Amino acid sequence: MLKHLAGRLAEALVALLLMSLVIFLLSRVIGDPVALLLSDSATEADRQMLIAQLGLDQPGWRQYLTFLGNALQGDFGQSVTAGREDALHLVLSRLPASLSLAGIALLFTLVVGILLGVLAAVTRGTVADLAVRLLALLGQSAPSFWLGIMLIYLFAVKLGWLPTSGLGGAVYYVLPALTLGLFTLAAITRLVRASMLEALGSEYVKLARIKGVSEWAVVLRHALGNSLIPVVTFMGTFFATMITGAVVVETVFAWPGIGRLAYESIMARDFPVIQTVVLVITAFFILANLIVDLLYLAIDPRMRARS
Amino acid sequence: MPRDLSFKCALGLLILFAIVALIGPFFLEHDPLRGSLRARLDPPAWAPEGSATHLLGTDRLGRDVLARIVQGARISLAVCVVVIAIAGTIGTALGTLSGYVGGWLDRVLMRLVDLALSLPVILLALLFAAVVGPSFLNIVIVISLVLWSQYARMSRGETLRVKNEDYVDLARTSGLGHAAIIFRHVLPNIAPSLIVVATLQVGVVIILEASLSFLGVGVPPPNPSWGGMVAEGRSYIVSAWWVSALPGLAIVLVVMAVNVVGDALTDRINPGLKGRGA
Repeated sequence: MLKHLAGRLAEALVALLLMSLVIFLLSRVIGDPVALLLSDSATEADRQMLIAQLGLDQPGWRQYLTFLGNALQGDFGQSVTAGREDALHLVLSRLPASLSLAGIALLFTLVVGILLGVLAAVTRGTVADLAVRLLALLGQSAPSFWLGIMLIYLFAVKLGWLPTSGLGGAVYYVLPALTLGLFTLAAITRLVRASMLEALGSEYVKLARIKGVSEWAVVLRHALGNSLIPVVTFMGTFFATMITGAVVVETVFAWPGIGRLAYESIMARDFPVIQTVVLVITAFFILANLIVDLLYLAIDPRMRARS
Repeated sequence: MPRDLSFKCALGLLILFAIVALIGPFFLEHDPLRGSLRARLDPPAWAPEGSATHLLGTDRLGRDVLARIVQGARISLAVCVVVIAIAGTIGTALGTLSGYVGGWLDRVLMRLVDLALSLPVILLALLFAAVVGPSFLNIVIVISLVLWSQYARMSRGETLRVKNEDYVDLARTSGLGHAAIIFRHVLPNIAPSLIVVATLQVGVVIILEASLSFLGVGVPPPNPSWGGMVAEGRSYIVSAWWVSALPGLAIVLVVMAVNVVGDALTDRINPGLKGRGA
């Protein structure tokens, strides 16, 4: 098990390193940082000085090593936009908004998704089952940017129940969390429904029924417990979907998180911020998968026995 | 709804989408690229002030929304076909080779697939698109770059399954070359699973292309991409909801149909895949 863990950790590090290389290469192609930083009145001498100062006269591999070394010390450079803010500081300051949104969305999708999945499985073939399956199909098919705009139109513009965008009290979370979560909600619902149906038809559930266990206890204690294992397997994917989905959803809802920062920095060719934000998001992505792996080991006895 | 009925409806919808995309643009009454300033933001025909001239209304520049949706279908379909051809060919080639040859090649390639699967897709696509600028070709390259890995994983697994079957052993002992074995015995037998992946990917590609176009790094204007149309209509959603709502609805309908057909195909062709993917 320790060996497995070490392997996964090494893999995660390689992925992160590769991503840093990709970002480094791309951001060098995106735009000329010197042109962005210089004022119009700058002379050729100013230009040369800045190039030397930024290390752009060095060979590429050297620049990359410098970049990596600095990054390891938490120095990702400064934003090239007006504020010249420290890139890492900027990204970290936007992190709480994103994490709270993704966290709430994930919690909401887990609770509602499992409930709907169980409901559909227990009422298989009825109108309730059909409605849940239709909702899941819709959730898996609607692009989040469109869904967000439609929800804003309906609940903020037409009905006036909820704010259109921005970050504030609890009500500000409703629409973005719903938009961010609907795809995952649909996925969890389908997953739980399928595995519940399988569990309800299994031998141990039949045995429990024969022994006279009440239907509630059969569903909740015997079937549900085993149906949740696949949900845990996909938790990493779900969280990752939310992190990347944040780029679109935060842009639609003007949410001050790292997703919108990523979009804005890419549009502004702000390469130190791009590098930082993409690395931070990738790190979260990889970390989420790692945690799920551990969770999986803890939850499924078969996995433990094997390793 | 009975399984078969929903499958038939979805399949019908997909065929309609393909027909509209292929020949729809020839039957348009209005030019999807040219508008009339006198007909700006006209509501759809069923609205109180709507008229039958523009069945689905017009946008900010007075361009016919229906004409743009039809033209947009062609762009969506074109991106799908080209991406699935590129990603499918590269992914299948690498995956089949990986599974057939095995050894260090297999280990290296599969690590690469794991890596590709562990990177945030839309961010990577956004980055690439921002570097190379918005164009049809770049969209296709970007999406193919992030999607080939799924074919690779599937074709490798399937090749491993097939490669030790009796008929492959027989072919080998009868002196057939590796290339002939791959093309005549392996590929035809793993094709059904790959078709399932390709079907399910149509939806993914449509949503990815639309998302990138929505964010302004996809198909460049004035070409009517569904995602781009939703983005354009967003700023006047209060006064003219149809400009954003209807192209988005087109996306939802097509992707929904793809998902229904994909699920049905999964059930029929490869039940073992159930619950493993999305």
